[in-house]
Amino acid sequence: MTKICVTSTGPTLESQVDPRFGRCQYFVIVDPETMQFDAIPNDAASAAGGAGIRAAQTVSSYGVNVVITGSVGPNAYPALQSAGIRIMTSTIGTVEEVVERYKQGTLTEIAGAGLSHLGMGGGRGGGFGRGGGRGRGRGRGGGW
Amino acid sequence: MKIAVASGKGGTGKTTVAVNLALALDNVSILDCDVEEPNDHILLGADIDEQIPVTVPTPRVNMDSCILCKKCSEFCEFHAIFIGKKVIIYDQLCHSCGGCKMVCPTNAIYEIEREVGTIYVGYKGNIRLVYGKLNIGEPVATSVIKAVKKYANPNGITIIDASPGTSCPVIETIQNSDYLLLVTEPTPFGFHDLSMAIDVVRPLGIPFGVIVNKAGLGGFDYKIRCKELDAPIVMEIPFDKRIAELYSRGAPFVEELPEWRERFQDLLARIKREVEVID
Repeated sequence: MTKICVTSTGPTLESQVDPRFGRCQYFVIVDPETMQFDAIPNDAASAAGGAGIRAAQTVSSYGVNVVITGSVGPNAYPALQSAGIRIMTSTIGTVEEVVERYKQGTLTEIAGAGLSHLGMGGGRGGGFGRGGGRGRGRGRGGGW
Repeated sequence: MKIAVASGKGGTGKTTVAVNLALALDNVSILDCDVEEPNDHILLGADIDEQIPVTVPTPRVNMDSCILCKKCSEFCEFHAIFIGKKVIIYDQLCHSCGGCKMVCPTNAIYEIEREVGTIYVGYKGNIRLVYGKLNIGEPVATSVIKAVKKYANPNGITIIDASPGTSCPVIETIQNSDYLLLVTEPTPFGFHDLSMAIDVVRPLGIPFGVIVNKAGLGGFDYKIRCKELDAPIVMEIPFDKRIAELYSRGAPFVEELPEWRERFQDLLARIKREVEVID
């Protein structure tokens, strides 16, 4: 079973995504098949330092396979990688919406730490680009 | 006797006070603990004879014995260890407490010495100057400050220059001092930060006095403010063109204005009296 962790501003599927990883309010861990979820408060949110590492440790201890968040800092990135967790970006929408987008395959994997803001831009741009391309292809095929 | 020089606000004249005091007293040690931006050696004009690396114990993991139990990572208050499919140690978050090594059930953790800064030792006449420099990118200044403080002269007078502010490096610098000079400027900013510094100093129980630098600048009534803060003014350095000119040339003013040599010596006498009363 795949476990998806969405960094969230609240403890429900209707909560908005929190674009921060280390200092998000909640981790909402979702089973994308059943949409059953657990909300875990992020005890690293108010940490003096090393919040990203602490958050990565929490997420990995829940056996998460994929993290969906806005950006990941230079400490958390290698931590999540070493735990074998994929990092996808999404900065807007509710937890439910971004899990849907994940299922549709429209989220992009983060490029790396320190490129977090570029990653956010690239993620959104890439998503629209690919959508448009596919649409045109189908149209032509249908005409011929 | 250890006399520390600190301030809440930066740029109020700590270096000026520390260096001029050292020159006026002669035959003293001066420790520059502002390891992120040491500059006493520039104003003093000391020749550096010796450089000593500062190292801190930092954990490493023997992966043959590690069972990825996460006890070290859970213990670490600074989140310097991450356990995934392997172990990641964030050296720069480590505070060298050695706790991870103690909680490891399989003795997989050992420590290496990691260089984080350098100590510089030099002389200007009879004045011994020691300063530390934290390596760029290292966030924990206290390790280098501790190393500098080991050079305090146990028999004579040691002047200890702190960094600005009121955070860990300042507390590390001033603690165990016999007396503290708080340098401020007569501005609302200067006194705002002075009152924060006093809040830090009082619980440490260090007797202190305020030096108002650039006294006469602006219309701020620092005398009333000091009374309100119950903080004695032990010296006022006027906002004086001669002093400013000397400073701009990098010349400590006691060397050119002999009356100031006496004033700093009187200040030491006052400090000694106060410290003796407490002892």
